[in-house]
Amino acid sequence: MPRIARNALILAAVVSGAVVSAPAAAQNEQFIPILSYRTGPYAVNGAPYANGVADYYNLVNERDGGINGVKILVEECETGYATDKGVECYERLKSKGPTGAAFINPLSTGITFALTEKTATDKIPIITMGYGRADSKNGAVFPYNFPLLGTYWSAADIAIQHVAKELGGFDKLKGKKISLLYHDSPYGKEPIPMLQVLAQKYGFEFTPTPVTHPGVEQKSQWLAIRQNRPDYVLVWGWGVMNSTAVKEAAAVAYPREKMIGVWWSGAEPDVTPAGDQAIGYKSLMLQHGAGKFPVHADIEKYVYAKGKGSTDSGKVGEVLYNRGVVNAMLGVEAIRKAQEKFGQKPLTGEQVRWGLENLNLSEARIKELGFDGMLKPIKISCSDHEGTRDGRVQQWDGKSWKIISDWYTADEPLIDPLVRDVSGKYAADKKIQPRECSKES
Amino acid sequence: MIALGQFLEVLIGGLMSGVLYSLVALGFVLIFKASGVFNFAQGAMVLLAGLALVRALDLLVANGFPLWVAIVLGIAFAAAIMATTAWLIERFVIGPLVNQDGLTLFMSTIGVTFVIEGAAEMIFGSDVYPLRLFPTDAWFVLEDVFPGGILVNKLDVWGALIAGILVAGLAIFFQRTKTGRALRAVADDHLAAHSVGIPIGWIWFVVWLAAGLVALVAATVWGTKLGVQFSITFLALKALPVLIIGGLTSIPGAIAGGLIVGAGEKIAEVYLGPSIGGGIEYWFAYVLALAVLLVRPQGLFGERIIERV
Repeated sequence: MPRIARNALILAAVVSGAVVSAPAAAQNEQFIPILSYRTGPYAVNGAPYANGVADYYNLVNERDGGINGVKILVEECETGYATDKGVECYERLKSKGPTGAAFINPLSTGITFALTEKTATDKIPIITMGYGRADSKNGAVFPYNFPLLGTYWSAADIAIQHVAKELGGFDKLKGKKISLLYHDSPYGKEPIPMLQVLAQKYGFEFTPTPVTHPGVEQKSQWLAIRQNRPDYVLVWGWGVMNSTAVKEAAAVAYPREKMIGVWWSGAEPDVTPAGDQAIGYKSLMLQHGAGKFPVHADIEKYVYAKGKGSTDSGKVGEVLYNRGVVNAMLGVEAIRKAQEKFGQKPLTGEQVRWGLENLNLSEARIKELGFDGMLKPIKISCSDHEGTRDGRVQQWDGKSWKIISDWYTADEPLIDPLVRDVSGKYAADKKIQPRECSKES
Repeated sequence: MIALGQFLEVLIGGLMSGVLYSLVALGFVLIFKASGVFNFAQGAMVLLAGLALVRALDLLVANGFPLWVAIVLGIAFAAAIMATTAWLIERFVIGPLVNQDGLTLFMSTIGVTFVIEGAAEMIFGSDVYPLRLFPTDAWFVLEDVFPGGILVNKLDVWGALIAGILVAGLAIFFQRTKTGRALRAVADDHLAAHSVGIPIGWIWFVVWLAAGLVALVAATVWGTKLGVQFSITFLALKALPVLIIGGLTSIPGAIAGGLIVGAGEKIAEVYLGPSIGGGIEYWFAYVLALAVLLVRPQGLFGERIIERV
């Protein structure tokens, strides 16, 4: 579809409030809402992710005829990355389709915080793959939250592990200065408690430095960084904040090799605007990176060859597109798992929650799905809604991301006390009686 | 000595940032001064101008045009887009609202903002488009005096030069040309100006065109700094405290307001921020603006409004 025509459709959808894929709900369809942001300051990151999600659902419908014959029905709602709009989208879409929303994926930690109580009341799972509340790993307190593949506390630990490796060991962290340049929002603040724990354990000096939304002006932060001369700067940014951070680092001659972004600060739109100034910049990987895998061949064959793709085919395989594909696949597999127990029919959110909590993707199954090389096996349980906590580090060479590290696994024994502590306080505040996971297995 | 060097660096960096805010604020001042309309769409106009320029540049360079030819043609194309936009706004928005009160005109520019943002992204795309018209590296001056020297960004210096030229040009335009004087007459009283034969429609087209061209200039600098992307529209919010401080009707005031906001917010962020959690520069700029409002409601350089009641 020509770009102007596609953009016109998107604009029309935004004006009307939603991109509707299939408004008339048939009885044998599973409804999945897509909360996205294709306009506004975060569209550069939100759009490729949404494209990956939409294309994978399309693939399942086109190639397989749906999930065991149950077609996926989607409706997209533009949040603009704004919490109020996200809640509005959720309220509008949660009851659509024959059985209501299978799950919700807001792609925003702020919206996640706002929806956590509502989704538990409405019995609709909230999937926050690689983002959201880190304490929601504890399914005993947060039965409906699923921060799959990695929380920000896992990310913080992996980043420090990589710094230690570059320095030559954890003992070399002592006395070093590590700054966190973060988006001043629930998202950006989330890793701070874990980094404080890590700073105390390893003896490095930790300085959090907030950047106000949307992050177009960072001169004062970078002048402060130039004056404090930290050994490393961790970047917890989103949208324009990421590329601006890289440019400002170059302006104050801070080495990009000493910058490590979280996995939301390591996609193509985060570096290409900075040109050669971004060379050397590193970021964590939420397991996968850019590139094409067997699933992409299917997407090209069953979706793009039929003219049903959501984006230019050249963008298929970019980092955030792939993340959308992975996220959609995990949701689909959770529904498939739930169908084993509840039957091959449209399921309720409560039933899909069971599927998510019992999701177990082996290496063989991941290969069968075409994700071999993108993902490691994942197993969710009542007490562990994260499932796996592995990551790698990639570096921008001016043209593409190169993987520069082996796999790291976040230090669960170090993280878990914080998870128990914070989720325990949440349970006490909200008067939640935690489930006894040992009795449920 | 280190502390002094660091302070000077923050101060200079802040002043330079402030000049870049002034580039956006100038567009607001221009339209308000000439038509009495507070143009909320100025940030969106910067986005539109930047997108038109960068997309034309990319297309021309991809088709083998030499860079300098591509730049000239790209700027001409973007200017044509801004002229068309000015005509459309005058013809379909501002023109029909002649004689309406200021609030109605202001509300209409909010509508224009959303239309421009949506249309610009629909026509030119919503990705981040790199623009490299000016150098973005830095000089380190006075290295003999201060350890590490004082950092001065080359892009900021270019921005300051461009702002200086713009202010001089606009001052001459308003004070020395027939059209400039007509603009001021229209701003004072639409009806009176119309009654002495000044064609209001034409004047408003000229002023919106001038604001569009100022937006194009701002887009070249901010586009080089950030890449051309939607977030450029947020610059309007950075320009508001500049306008409050400098005054809505003063071109030199836009520069002075920018300098005060830039230096004030950067010093506050670096020296006050760490003790109160950081991230204060956005709202601190408004603290400065509110402080000025208390003592000079019309801004430091704005015209005192006296009305017979």
